[in-house]
Amino acid sequence: MKRFRAVYIIWLRDLKRHFRDRARILGSLATPIIFVFILGQGLGSSIGGNLSAAGASIDYKTFMFPGILGMTVLFAGVFASVSIVWDREFGFLKEMLVAPVPSWSIALGKVVSGATIASFQGCLMLVLAPFAGVSLSPLIIAELIPTLFLVAFSMTGLGVLVASRLKSMQGFQMIMNFIMMPMFFLSGAMFPLSNAPVWMDTLAKIDPLTYGVDALRAIMLSDVPSRYAFTTDIGLLALISAGMLMIAIATFSRQS
Amino acid sequence: MSAPEKAGAAGAAQAAAAAGRPPVSDGPVIEVEHLTRKFNGFIAVDDVSFTVGRKEIFGFLGPNGAGKTTTINMLCTLLKPTSGRATLNGFDVASQQDAVRQSIGIVFQDPTLDDQLTARENLQFHAMLYNVPPAEREQRARRVLEMVGLTDRAGDRVEAYSGGMKRRLEIARGLMHYPHVLFLDEPTLGLDPQTRSAIWEHVHELRAEYDITVFLTTHYMEEAENCDRIAIIDTGKIVALDTPGTLKHGVGGDIITLRSTDAVTTLAELREKFDLDALVKPASADTSGPAGDRIYVEVPNGRTLLPQILKGLTTEILSVAVREPTLDDVFLNLTGRQIREESVDKMDAMKARVRRRRSQGGAGH
Repeated sequence: MKRFRAVYIIWLRDLKRHFRDRARILGSLATPIIFVFILGQGLGSSIGGNLSAAGASIDYKTFMFPGILGMTVLFAGVFASVSIVWDREFGFLKEMLVAPVPSWSIALGKVVSGATIASFQGCLMLVLAPFAGVSLSPLIIAELIPTLFLVAFSMTGLGVLVASRLKSMQGFQMIMNFIMMPMFFLSGAMFPLSNAPVWMDTLAKIDPLTYGVDALRAIMLSDVPSRYAFTTDIGLLALISAGMLMIAIATFSRQS
Repeated sequence: MSAPEKAGAAGAAQAAAAAGRPPVSDGPVIEVEHLTRKFNGFIAVDDVSFTVGRKEIFGFLGPNGAGKTTTINMLCTLLKPTSGRATLNGFDVASQQDAVRQSIGIVFQDPTLDDQLTARENLQFHAMLYNVPPAEREQRARRVLEMVGLTDRAGDRVEAYSGGMKRRLEIARGLMHYPHVLFLDEPTLGLDPQTRSAIWEHVHELRAEYDITVFLTTHYMEEAENCDRIAIIDTGKIVALDTPGTLKHGVGGDIITLRSTDAVTTLAELREKFDLDALVKPASADTSGPAGDRIYVEVPNGRTLLPQILKGLTTEILSVAVREPTLDDVFLNLTGRQIREESVDKMDAMKARVRRRRSQGGAGH
């Protein structure tokens, strides 16, 4: 247990920093709110309000809400893990690297803290669920929270992996354009993948967020048929999380 | 070792560990033997050997790029030596990383503080990382903050601190886990003279109060005089190691500086008439001073010899000066170069880099 001490310390520090920055907490909700209430409303109205997603007819805003929840977690998770780059730039990473703690525990600490922050941001979004036509019961919330954490964990694992190789913040725009945006759009967050062409379907299958969005939608919208079985989604997410974590730790330890 | 002795040593080690400090070994606190580090064929540290005793203030003096930081990084377990070995507090820096890290405190050249946290929080996190018992954290933080005079600002976020305050806080943080050795890499770089002398006061104080060995690097000659012993390092090699007094004494007395319109003739005359070897620094290397090459001569007694020299020289002398030797002269004497001219350029380049970085809002590198 002694070897995991640093995980807790880093988690505590990152959470302290996050909750001290009220502007960032609220600011990171701006994008998802715009997506749901402007894009969701506008696009929904122009396609006739309802979307026939694999048989079921549903309000577009409602359909997209679980997808936007997935997006919130993806963005928050990657943003949180990019703090490694800030820590390197401002020197604090060196303070951790020279301490008598193993370097894998630093990487693990970053993943755990990022996942906590990202799932917290996701939970904040749930306040808006009724306005998007999603009704939440205590049972649904109880299922959502661990699922959100699992999605957040895999996204943060990816974030730490990339951030370990990033030398400065300039590379971050590249990550946005080449990793986060495609992951978001291919995940089925914005539209059902049932009618997607083969190439898109194939890309969606290798996008971890696809399984996250599918699982979140299965919990929140029981009348929309899922793409995969819920257990498949969760199993794959757990596998992806474990894989990402191991690669992230290896990359971080090698880079430092 | 007999059985009771063994038990006694183990008991002492346990007591030390309980106090949050790794067990003390006998003998020197730092032992370096034939330490070498290469980077792609470039030899940054070249077969360096030295020992540092307990409670010593030991200085590494040399121009930028001489291998000072590389040596520190090896002693701090951040870099693996290419060959040779080093032990710190009896632990091998290559194979016993955690024990070495627990034995040392480090203040790097660039700040390594979390500027979104308060000073007290920075100290708390450090204490947690270094296994300081929870019951002691608060009291130790109070003590080190008081020592560096930051008690009143302990609750402020570090982003509001000046450069000197940050450096003092980092020194305080380095002491939180009661290390045996405190490494200070250019502790006064970029600070104003007043803050510099305050930092030195702290260094002397903490040696007295914490029984600590201080290992520092600097390229300020006048500061190196604060050390008990100095190793002068140039292009990866130690060229001299002794007390500042002995090193200066080794220069051989006073330094006479002459400015002459004809350095070659002056040199020849000095050699023929007075049997003196002189060093010349061409005028082109010094743009600020008056014209004429500068000639340095070491003599046992400058004040009595100078009138004779002036009488004996036939070339025109523009100016003369006599002074006692400084560490600058020691370095010049050993390497044929002055330490200042190089470091000033580097310093300016570095300051420009920092300015650039600030103006970009910390986003660039």
